[in-house]
Amino acid sequence: MSLLALQRDFRLWLTDESHAAGARLGAGPAPGLSVYLNNYRYALMTCLSESFETTRAWLGDAGFEAACANHIDRLPPHSWTLDAYAVDLPATLEILYPDDPEVAELARIECALSIAFVGPDADPVDPATLAEVDWDNAAFRFVPTLDFLSVTTNAGAIWSEIAAGETPPPAQLLPEEASIAIWRNGLMPAFRTLEAGEAGALRLMLEGRRFPDLCITLVDRHGEEDGPALAGALLGQWLRDGIVRAIVTAQ
Amino acid sequence: MLALPRFGLGLRKCHYGDFLNHDAPVPIDFVEVISENFMVDGGRPRDTLRRVRLRHPVALHGVSMSIGSADGLDRDYLRRLRGLADEIDPLFVSDHLSWSRIEGFNAHDLLPLPYTEEALGIVCRNILQAQDALGRTMLVENPSSYIAFAGDMTEWEFLDAMCVRTGCALLLDVNNIFVSAVNHGFDPGAYLAGVPGDRVRQIHLAGHSHGRDLLIDTHDRPVPWSVWALYDAALERFGPVATMIERDDDIPPLADLLTELDIARGIAAKQMRRAA
Repeated sequence: MSLLALQRDFRLWLTDESHAAGARLGAGPAPGLSVYLNNYRYALMTCLSESFETTRAWLGDAGFEAACANHIDRLPPHSWTLDAYAVDLPATLEILYPDDPEVAELARIECALSIAFVGPDADPVDPATLAEVDWDNAAFRFVPTLDFLSVTTNAGAIWSEIAAGETPPPAQLLPEEASIAIWRNGLMPAFRTLEAGEAGALRLMLEGRRFPDLCITLVDRHGEEDGPALAGALLGQWLRDGIVRAIVTAQ
Repeated sequence: MLALPRFGLGLRKCHYGDFLNHDAPVPIDFVEVISENFMVDGGRPRDTLRRVRLRHPVALHGVSMSIGSADGLDRDYLRRLRGLADEIDPLFVSDHLSWSRIEGFNAHDLLPLPYTEEALGIVCRNILQAQDALGRTMLVENPSSYIAFAGDMTEWEFLDAMCVRTGCALLLDVNNIFVSAVNHGFDPGAYLAGVPGDRVRQIHLAGHSHGRDLLIDTHDRPVPWSVWALYDAALERFGPVATMIERDDDIPPLADLLTELDIARGIAAKQMRRAA
């Protein structure tokens, strides 16, 4: 048997518990093969448990472990890093809990926080440099970990309460779909649910538009008095969040 | 009299505070980290490793290179490992004589290889590619295993040929020798006699557990006397070799591991006196 054929049979043993494949391995007594099978499933279950502590708390141990077992049967790992295996669990939860959308959304938040946790480093802009900014041509550069999720439920509030050790609120559908911004501030991952107006403003600036473009957009929506004030308030919030990496002069 | 070898411990999350929050560095000569835990873009893991590196030499020990994959190595993996190694300037870069990935599937376990000429050719091709990509000599660790395939040679003959063909060095896991020797019924003394002594750069020590039919390499308990005895024999054969204790589960306070490391120091000191 070639090495490639042996490795294909070993994969079949691990993923499908194929006894035909196990027999072809000709590897002596069954206990040894069982050790590898147990190790395989244990490693994946441990990875998922450690990656989704909040989702586990929401579903309960039995529900979470049943979902993970289903996921392990459905989708073998493909990457060299176990971190990547966690990324696909929300899609499995969406299938398993079609009437409870907060479950998959909760898992997506956890997953995005994990990704931000090890994302590229970037220091937030130093507030002391703001006095030197050419505001007529100012454009923002954001930290590379900044990402967005769309949510239809109060999964963000559920996550926050569970993480704080409090009793989470019941799951609720939001009046309309909302955005959650996720990023890392220093070494700490963070997220915040955005009002539709703020989400639109942030997306505008992520496109590389100048700060005055944001002011004009907000003046159109909120009037001459409130528009610029709102733009200033949003910038202040983004600076406090630590999501602005630099303020540059747009060419 | 020969100098004592270096002694180290694995860096585990529960001990980060011990390694970073005290003025005096932990009294060891190096730390070993699981490479993949730090092959990330940034954030706390890389920050922690950078700060530990300021205090200790670091050995990078991988579990996912999959040196025995019939379809070759993952280039993204090698690129990331190279980036980490360039930043950390490690004492050693090691991985296992095993495989975990084939055709897009990754088992995340150290799966056994048949010790055949064909497998030897594939392993050597992969090691040469890795050494080229990393720009350094690799250390390859002997695995513990629970099944054995029909082959053309023993594990130690395979390791010897692998070192000759690739110039790689060995990370000899004494516990793995013991576990596999019991599971497959070979003489651990013959193993020690058969590996190329001049290629052994590092030794791992660990504990194992007794399954119903097999010994299992669990790293969840102290090093047992049987492994200490084999370590004694290994040092007698190989001389002073950098040694560390691997503990991955049921991890005790750091002070307990330092005490356990003193046993290794004592055995090494005795061997060095004997050799003098």
